[in-house]
Amino acid sequence: MTTLALRRTHVPFWLGVGAAVVAWTIAWFAAAPFAAWLAFDVLGLQAGSHLGEAIAFFLYDVPKVLLLLLGIVTVVTLIRGFFPPEKVRGALAGRGEFAGSVGAAGLGIVTPFCSCSAVPLFIGFVEAGVPLGVTFAFLISSPMVNEVALVLLWGLFGPGIAAVYMVAGLTVAIVGGLVIGRLHMERYVEDYVWALQGTGGASFEMKLTPEDRVRDAWTYTKDLVRRILPYILVGIGIGAFIHGFVPTDLVVAIGGPGNPLAVPLVVLIAIPLYSNAAGTIPIVQALLGKGMAVGTTLAFMMAMTAISVPEFIILKKVIKTPLIAVFATIVTIGILIIGYLFNFLIY
Amino acid sequence: MKKIEVLGPGCNNCVRLEKNAREAVVMAGIDAEITKVTDYAEIMSYGIMSTPGLVIDGKVVSAGRIPSAGDIAVWLSE
Repeated sequence: MTTLALRRTHVPFWLGVGAAVVAWTIAWFAAAPFAAWLAFDVLGLQAGSHLGEAIAFFLYDVPKVLLLLLGIVTVVTLIRGFFPPEKVRGALAGRGEFAGSVGAAGLGIVTPFCSCSAVPLFIGFVEAGVPLGVTFAFLISSPMVNEVALVLLWGLFGPGIAAVYMVAGLTVAIVGGLVIGRLHMERYVEDYVWALQGTGGASFEMKLTPEDRVRDAWTYTKDLVRRILPYILVGIGIGAFIHGFVPTDLVVAIGGPGNPLAVPLVVLIAIPLYSNAAGTIPIVQALLGKGMAVGTTLAFMMAMTAISVPEFIILKKVIKTPLIAVFATIVTIGILIIGYLFNFLIY
Repeated sequence: MKKIEVLGPGCNNCVRLEKNAREAVVMAGIDAEITKVTDYAEIMSYGIMSTPGLVIDGKVVSAGRIPSAGDIAVWLSE
């Protein structure tokens, strides 16, 4: 028999977790003074100069965003480990349209979603008898109201905008789900999906120790941060440049509340940026600081996360083109309404 | 001879799980055949909704996460 030195020792593991929490907290409070010291004392940059402000912005934002991502994504991943989709669909199957859509949108926040899991999720929901509209509420909310977008919004814009984004995203998901439910588009779901209905049987459930869960969450977070870090660095770099050099008048003229076409314009720009949400949010922050309207900013970010051409293509495996078109149209209209509404309310 | 199946459409996560499974076979020092299941209907027939999934001798042992090679080796030698 082979030697499997795999039963881990538990005390050092939890000590490591504690040490990581302490290190995170210290780094969090040290980041701002450290960035200022580095930019103005060590590099000798002039506070208030274009270059000085741009570099100080970069040096402060990078560690702040990095720490937020590492900390919050780990915690969110840990929490959502308790809400696997197999359980979520059980909770949604017995509800009516309204309660179901609200629940689905809410659960979209905590459940994992990447475009490669869209199809199994869709089939699994339909198979368990979750109404089509409720399923779509989930499909809209899950990528849009995700922890990376929320963390970046919170870190760069503050908790107010992050909360507004979350509520707006949930509203689009709930209303979108209800509308799709009303349209009775069941015949646009591929036949083989209906054939699977009721065959699912008992769902698999993992048994995980707390240690497994912490390890999983950390591995996932590490991978994610490693993957999106280059985009974030480039994004914050461009954001820092805009912050230091781009004239406010130019941004106000194009993206300010005075331009009625700004909202649809940014939605169009956002569509191809789907996979780069992490890198784009820092740029958007700089633009907001330079006078881009709040509603326009929200519409831009929502379009970036929610309108995903690769996801639509993957969903073609389970739903026919008319339903995909309706899905994309409803999400787009919802985002445009949110954009105009906030511009109207604030200015 | 163990039969290992990696369930997933072929995204990054599935590739990493397959790599861990191959390592685990070496760690456990057993004979095993690894196959990939990419068809959605077939993946769903195992009763899972989150990929990647891992099946050993027809039994689902993991879904929606990437277990380490060490964990898989333990399951293989059970």
